[in-house]
Amino acid sequence: MFRNQYDSDVTVWSPQGRIHQVEYAMEAVKLGSATVGLKSKDYAVLIALKRATSELSAHQQKILRIDDHIGISMAGITADARVLCRYLRQECINHKYSYGRNHPVSRLINTLGLKMQVCTQRYDRRPYGVGLLVAGYDDQGPHIYQTCPSANFYDCRAMAIGARSQSARTYLEKHLNLFKDCDLQELINHGVRALAGTLPNETKLNNQNLSICVVGKDMKFKNFQESELEKYINAEIAGTQPATAESDPSEVGVGGTERQPYVDPPAPLNQPEPRLEDPAVEERRME
Amino acid sequence: MSNNGINFTPLWNNGPVPGNFYNFPQNQVKSNSIDDFGVQRNSGPITTGTSIVAVRYDKGVIIAGDKLVSYGNLARYHNVDRVFKINEYITLGMSGDYADFQFIKQYIDENILADFSMDDKITLKPKDLFTWLTRILYNRRSRFNPLWLDMVVGGMQTESEPFLGHINVRGRAYTNDVISTGYGTHLALPLLREYSEKGPLDEAKALELVKTCMEVLYYRDCRGYPKYSQANINDKGCTVTDQLVKENWDLALSIKGY
Repeated sequence: MFRNQYDSDVTVWSPQGRIHQVEYAMEAVKLGSATVGLKSKDYAVLIALKRATSELSAHQQKILRIDDHIGISMAGITADARVLCRYLRQECINHKYSYGRNHPVSRLINTLGLKMQVCTQRYDRRPYGVGLLVAGYDDQGPHIYQTCPSANFYDCRAMAIGARSQSARTYLEKHLNLFKDCDLQELINHGVRALAGTLPNETKLNNQNLSICVVGKDMKFKNFQESELEKYINAEIAGTQPATAESDPSEVGVGGTERQPYVDPPAPLNQPEPRLEDPAVEERRME
Repeated sequence: MSNNGINFTPLWNNGPVPGNFYNFPQNQVKSNSIDDFGVQRNSGPITTGTSIVAVRYDKGVIIAGDKLVSYGNLARYHNVDRVFKINEYITLGMSGDYADFQFIKQYIDENILADFSMDDKITLKPKDLFTWLTRILYNRRSRFNPLWLDMVVGGMQTESEPFLGHINVRGRAYTNDVISTGYGTHLALPLLREYSEKGPLDEAKALELVKTCMEVLYYRDCRGYPKYSQANINDKGCTVTDQLVKENWDLALSIKGY
């Protein structure tokens, strides 16, 4: 039943100083399909891979609009994400009513972090099982934030979360220096390429499973229509080997993770997705 | 009470009739007179500041208001500030009830302090404060308990975009190039409009214009005062200075017939 004796409750510490229930919640993020966020100096974009639960159902929405200047994409328990989405929308609309301006993104994420933290400290709660990428634009420029079930949040230049997202992160790290001066089209192309690396075998990007949104300078939140996705998919297919010569490999590798080569990871059919990326997971199983 | 010759004891006497309204004996409505309007609040200004004069010029904003707070016709408190620097981007001038202003000023200062404490370089801009005050004043008037204030918010929305707006007792709000409150609506506003409508003013002309207005107001407004504070805000920053109307009563000798 239990994997160890210290994971009965979110309020229980393990002698190693860890809270296992929170770490399990972090695992939920890795079950959702991947989503990528990145920003240039004027725009922040989110790119997500949508999944359909069956042949008969529509694809599950991955990107939600919060306000004219903020959008989120999610990985994990989508029902939890929609609760957080409602909260963020409410905060934004209240701020707009009181001050007549868009809610500053950093402060919004701060309040979200405080809301999520409560669930990791009370015995009658459970952590939100969802990771969000938040793209926003305000007076301080574009932002990409990542939030976790652990209630941590990170201000990122680019980030990818969800199943097999390591390869997308590797791509983003490799091309990190290019993003700043990209125009919108190039920025989206980079994002789609990063996302393509997370695709399961025998799955291709199409206008059904790809989702793109943008916020940025002089533009309101825009969620791309199916018909508008075609050119980005074609660009991805045409330029499978993107220009890497411009980036100096010695300058990249910002995150603490070891870089992996940019190849499609093997994902055997009909088997659970590998999720041993985190060495801590292995460690815990040893306990 | 008889029914077929059987007497029933009443179950309930001298109490509320089920399904009807009931007035508790202790709580009788004292008057049913047509003049009785129920609860009434004493909502009118007590200690008041008079006019504010404000001009938006091409690169900034000037707000001026004298330093007197009156108690009715009595010049009760001298040397009181009615024009404030809120932060580097905002100045605020008030007329109306000074106590109501002190009340609301607390909340403004709290807001500014909260911004400062966040330490994230996000600050309140004039338009934000303007909207916020509008919401508060409108909310209070909707509860029939208005804050008796006429406020002028001025400042720099961006480095190159000056902002000037006015909010009144009832939360009615508008922005304009020239604004005046109180008695100044009658005395200063025609003067301000005469000059501003000719085209955008520069700083020197705006200062001159405000000076003239404050002079006129001092001579003609019984609740006026020669000492006034004047805020000037532009891309170089925000300063509030004390000014003095240069009095000249020679004219008084020629006035006869009163």
